[in-house]
Amino acid sequence: MKRPALGLAAALIAGGFLATAASPAAMAETLRWARSGDALTMDPHSQNEGPTNTMHHHIYETLVTRDNDGVLIPRLATEWSIKEGDPTTWVFELRQGIKFHDGADFTAEDVVFSINRVLEDTSDFKGLHAAVEGVTAVDDDTVEIKLSGPSPLYPNNLTNTFMMDKGWAEANNVTKPQDFANNEESFAVRNANGTGPYRLDSRDPGVKTEMSYFDGHWDDKPDVTKIIYTPIKENATRVAALLSGEVDFVQDVPVQDIERLSGTDGIKVTRGPENRTIFFAYDMASEKLRSASVDDNPFTKPEVREALALALDREAIQKVVMRGESIPTGVQMPPFVNGWTEELDKYEAPNTDRAKELLAAAGYPDGFSVDLNCPNDRYINDEAICQAFVGMLARVGVTANLVSQSKTLHFPLIQNRETDFYLLGWGVPPFDSSYIFNFLVHTKGDALGGWNGSGYSNADLDTKIKAIEIEVDLEKRNAIIAEIWDQIQEDRIFLAVHNQVLAYAMKDNISIAVDPENQAEMYFTKVE
Amino acid sequence: MLTFIVQRLFQAVLVMLVVALVAFSLFRFVGDPVATMLGQEATVADREALRDRLGLNDPIAAQFGRFVVNAAQGEFGISYRLQQPVLELILERLPATLELAFVSGVLAFVFGVVLGIYTALRRDGVLSNIIMTTSLIGVSLPTFLIGVLLIWVFAVELQWLPSFGRGEVVDIGGWKTGFLTVNGLQSLILPAITLGLYQMTLIMRLVRAEMLEVLRTDYIKFARARGLTDRAINFGHALKNTLVPVITITGLQLGSIIAFAIITETVFQWPGVGFLFINSIQFVDVPVMAAYLIFIALVFVTINLIVDILYFVVDPRLRVERSTGGG
Repeated sequence: MKRPALGLAAALIAGGFLATAASPAAMAETLRWARSGDALTMDPHSQNEGPTNTMHHHIYETLVTRDNDGVLIPRLATEWSIKEGDPTTWVFELRQGIKFHDGADFTAEDVVFSINRVLEDTSDFKGLHAAVEGVTAVDDDTVEIKLSGPSPLYPNNLTNTFMMDKGWAEANNVTKPQDFANNEESFAVRNANGTGPYRLDSRDPGVKTEMSYFDGHWDDKPDVTKIIYTPIKENATRVAALLSGEVDFVQDVPVQDIERLSGTDGIKVTRGPENRTIFFAYDMASEKLRSASVDDNPFTKPEVREALALALDREAIQKVVMRGESIPTGVQMPPFVNGWTEELDKYEAPNTDRAKELLAAAGYPDGFSVDLNCPNDRYINDEAICQAFVGMLARVGVTANLVSQSKTLHFPLIQNRETDFYLLGWGVPPFDSSYIFNFLVHTKGDALGGWNGSGYSNADLDTKIKAIEIEVDLEKRNAIIAEIWDQIQEDRIFLAVHNQVLAYAMKDNISIAVDPENQAEMYFTKVE
Repeated sequence: MLTFIVQRLFQAVLVMLVVALVAFSLFRFVGDPVATMLGQEATVADREALRDRLGLNDPIAAQFGRFVVNAAQGEFGISYRLQQPVLELILERLPATLELAFVSGVLAFVFGVVLGIYTALRRDGVLSNIIMTTSLIGVSLPTFLIGVLLIWVFAVELQWLPSFGRGEVVDIGGWKTGFLTVNGLQSLILPAITLGLYQMTLIMRLVRAEMLEVLRTDYIKFARARGLTDRAINFGHALKNTLVPVITITGLQLGSIIAFAIITETVFQWPGVGFLFINSIQFVDVPVMAAYLIFIALVFVTINLIVDILYFVVDPRLRVERSTGGG
């Protein structure tokens, strides 16, 4: 038994030593792309999630999209405007001569079908279209979307709403997004038919997805004509794959590897701000905290909230925890969001002595202790940020007991208001402050305030938040937004830490722009 | 014999039911699947509706009962994360894990036995001491670190072997094998070493200890006195008697190789069931987690059953004792 087995092992080893693993220099038009996660499904309306949307943007298209500065630009729609005489209806003019990958024509009927599909119970995008009352095709190239009230910023909600082919969906019985209660796999989970620049060639979920250029696409031919997408979950392995030349582009570069990769010959790293702010928040409503050492709720006192803000040393976190890869901020929104000003972005210098005085004045001369809830698998170095803050709080006399756990346990604490003190990150896909107000500031109710974990409730702000939803005069609207932000800052609802920074690493001859929403686009990638 | 097997099978089913029950009572500590299944725009009502649809609001006992009834019919539901039937997902990924486990098992057994014999026979040799010392690495270094080190040396620095994945696979009737392509075989080497190193060290130390024990026994002394050649004594008599416990241990270790391939599969992005499981935990993909744990329980129960039966067949003493004991 021994000999043949040894022979096999020897053959295995010899095979490895003789042939080299690195494939011959990749042809210029093929791009091998690695990211930490895979798209969850090919169904474009089933999961509103980062890597899933990124992949769909290559295969499917939306009516409108954003350039890398966040400005809304045409895609399948060439023009859009509020209907004359009816402020509650938006009119979209469609691009003509568009074909789906299977050859079918793209018409207004497909848009009507897709919007209706997005409104289905099992869709994960219905929240963005809650105001839609009806969609009609006026003619082949014009669609009208009727909303329950004036909605001046509705097109912002369409940047991830992908258009499907009605005929294809009906033929394959996928007129609704996957229903989990139904034990059958939907055809759309592994098959796709869009109008996008790339068509799906093959898909092995979690292993490899191949796409190639669709030559019936309406726009210019891209440099990259074939995409091989491989998810690599482990940070060290993903970086190794780039260093060994097995992939050309790594999208999720771990903070600790940025410097080393930048210094490696033949590899470059591009950075850019992400549309996501990391912040701390606290229970501002309960009479008594769940985990505190004191019998009342210190967070209801403005002095305590100010003391916490003075305890936070944002620049130390940037330097030590984030290795310089973050942008400290004093406001809970990234710079490209409508409503952001330099004034709001400023933050106080940390001041331990003043913080102690404030705590004493609030009635806690010896400080207090409280649990700090933190996710450990969601944001860049999330747990380490919390650890750093625990140390800073200790200096002013507040003992924070760190409870760090997976996002699947952390998020429900916030949604169900079961936490006293927590860290959260928030992205703003519509690039408008109202998105932050609706979810984080408005009093918690059935539709709004879903992520308002602090219990903050201000009737005046609630009225204003509802008002900006329907205010058509943009100047007036922006003035209300500014008022809301002033109130938020005054009440210190959020203790903003920083905006995240994204880093993409790639071979020298490739240029991929960093997208604030981390939606890397191979279509616009330049290959030398 | 038949009673014995039936009795064992009954116990096996019981073990699997207990595993499922324990798994189910643990799942609620893993988190809320709805939190990751719905985007951040979902309203409280949306979450509640989905929870209702998935039956997550039912008491644990009801969820468990439903799972057992469905599982008995071979129905494990749809993955919350990948939206594909769970059974299909596991079967699709099983070949990757089995091939990896097989190769590392073979590597561990062959090298373990050979090195074990060598270090036993040349107890005080320089090379033996070197092997024994380096084998400590296999026992003490975490799998994760070994994997990363191997990737670093053989994929990044030397660029001899791929750093991740299975390479090209050939589909034979639904079984995707990496054995038939150069690239697939190359991809197997690093993960197989990573996964098998601990088992190899274990087997090597076991063989050495057993061999030294056997070499001290009387019948070896008598054999020497009879003037048999070293070769006949060492391999004909000593090794044969050493291998009985070694085979038992190896069999049981095969179960752990399959079950604990999780870390190796994660480091090498190996598309096996262990990797599927770890991703499922992070997403609280309850149907996949439940099915995987049942599957692993099945693997252990089956291997134990086979080992028990083999004992019965191989060791005549067991049979004798049983028949006399049973009267």
